[in-house]
Amino acid sequence: MGTRLFRNPMAIGVLLLALVVILANTFAIVPETKQAVILRFQNPIQLINQYQRGEQFGRTGAGLVARIPFIDRIVWIDKRVLDIELDNQPVLSTDQLRLEVDAFARFRVVNPLQAVISTGSTANTEQRVADQLRPLLSSALRNELGKRPFAMLLSPERAQVMDNIQTALDRVARQYGAEIVDVRIRKADLPTGTPLESALRRMATARRQEALTIEAQGLREAQIIRANADAEAARVYSASFNKDADFYDFYRAMQSYRYSFGADGDGERDGTSIILSPQNDYLRAFTRGGRGGGN
Amino acid sequence: MTRRMGWIARAGVLRNDNPKGPWGNGGNGGNGGGDGGPRNPWAFPPEGRRPKPNATSLDEFLKRARGGGGGGGGGYPGGGNLHLPGGQSIWLIVVGVFVLIWLAFTSFHSIAPQEKGVVSLFGRYSTTLNPGIQVTLPAPFASVEKIDVQEARVEDFPQAATENLMLTEDQNIIDLAYSVRWNIQNAEDYAFQLANPRDTVRAVAESAMRASVAGATLNEAIGAGRTNIEAEVMQRMQVILDEYNSGVRVLGVAIKQAVAPQAVDEDFKAVSAAQQQAQANMNQARAYAQQIIARAQGEAAQFDKIYEQYRQAPEVTRRRLYYETMEAVLAKSNKTVIEAPGVTPYLPLPEAAGRRRETPPAVQEATPAQPQTNQGGQ
Repeated sequence: MGTRLFRNPMAIGVLLLALVVILANTFAIVPETKQAVILRFQNPIQLINQYQRGEQFGRTGAGLVARIPFIDRIVWIDKRVLDIELDNQPVLSTDQLRLEVDAFARFRVVNPLQAVISTGSTANTEQRVADQLRPLLSSALRNELGKRPFAMLLSPERAQVMDNIQTALDRVARQYGAEIVDVRIRKADLPTGTPLESALRRMATARRQEALTIEAQGLREAQIIRANADAEAARVYSASFNKDADFYDFYRAMQSYRYSFGADGDGERDGTSIILSPQNDYLRAFTRGGRGGGN
Repeated sequence: MTRRMGWIARAGVLRNDNPKGPWGNGGNGGNGGGDGGPRNPWAFPPEGRRPKPNATSLDEFLKRARGGGGGGGGGYPGGGNLHLPGGQSIWLIVVGVFVLIWLAFTSFHSIAPQEKGVVSLFGRYSTTLNPGIQVTLPAPFASVEKIDVQEARVEDFPQAATENLMLTEDQNIIDLAYSVRWNIQNAEDYAFQLANPRDTVRAVAESAMRASVAGATLNEAIGAGRTNIEAEVMQRMQVILDEYNSGVRVLGVAIKQAVAPQAVDEDFKAVSAAQQQAQANMNQARAYAQQIIARAQGEAAQFDKIYEQYRQAPEVTRRRLYYETMEAVLAKSNKTVIEAPGVTPYLPLPEAAGRRRETPPAVQEATPAQPQTNQGGQ
């Protein structure tokens, strides 16, 4: 009879199918990225691949696990670092300035059983933990940031603020079987509208002021440069001319005549008409018929 | 991919070879080589059906399967049932082909030069494959995740061409565009530690950049402090990502653009315009200074030279200069010599009237006022 049964392909197929179903319900593959809680009639009996700090991959609890088919149920929980994002959280600083903060927290479920129990769910547990933590992060953020003046929110001390938030949030997260890996401000912006515009206006006026200052300083510098040059030129002139003031007077007068009467220069002044009296010093020899002498 | 196709092709070759294998030969031997032609076992069932047209193919099929008996039975040339060997060979070949395809697809992995293959055995990490053709246990026992560890991934901030406003230490606002390059240092960590590696890198980059910019003044961020900020962000990111055991290495942070927001751009330009203007003013002043000092020096040098000569022979030099000057002046001028004082002459100086500038006549010890009056009268 047994051999006949095995000779029937239909029977073999049915048997194989049954075997596959039973195997699939008995064995489960636990990947490195998941943790599992085995529930027997809703009673948790085993934790598999629970996160441990500093564990090495390949030596974790991941791998093939066996359970009693149809009786034991597996609840899967992500083992990786997960994130909670918070966008546009309004924060009011102690000096009544408004700030819009985007923040994120990274967490990891370290106690899957606690996570399952606290959220009362057997599916999407990590999602539910995140949902529970999000408002807590939001309020922790606002409480902590709201205690500080605006300038400090921008300062390097905000790292300390973040650590405080992380500690506070971590304490709560433990109740959900989670550990907060990190809390950070992603953005801290002025809200659009009046605060942003007034900040921009302040920047604009500061720039205008700077521009005017620079321009005025440039003019001042230029004037000083010119004055120094004039002084230097005067020094050079006097150092030279002062050797004989009388001769300078004569010499300069000669130069001046040449220039003014168009002997030198650009020719605009030529054609000057000069009326001379015979008593003119220049014509002295002319009138005296060669008897002329010096001055 | 091409390599995988190669494996499929090779599997196909095996499949075509099968008819010449022991099963196929056994079938033909049982037939006594009646046809000789159809060596291909796939063609066998129709041939077998022909002698018994009244039997349904299913009946025959089952009968054949039932009569299969021992595995090697079909191999004996003198085996009693003519149809048994063929029936068994179909099963074996079908199963064999599926096994081969299954093996080809899930056991052989071609890992590209820039990749690593992270192998999990029943979900548990077992080893990391290096580039080349690698063999693992077939699925579902082993699974391989290929991870590109060489490629430098680039994250741009902002992703679209929009303003990315940030607050600086002095509570000014800056529009900053930057990019972060990263790759994967540790394939296992990358595969197993973070749920959303890329999002994490982006979030960390943004947080680190804003923290750094919040520690710099506007002028630093726009100007000389950029290199510092880049280095600081890179370091900060690496620390955070290491804290997450992310297996990610930050290769570089580059600030592509750090400018004032659009709204105050004009005012920032006004500052640089003012700087240019100030520079221009000072340049002009320096040019004037050079000019005026050079001229002073030139004139002084000229006087000094003459004065040297004058000291040698004062009177002669003086007279010479006087006559030369008069000569030069009078040679180019119209000259009128008036003899007697008290005469009022009519001076026809037609050309003088047309002059743009009327030069007052130079009169040395000449008759006072008269020429001027006349000229003016004209």
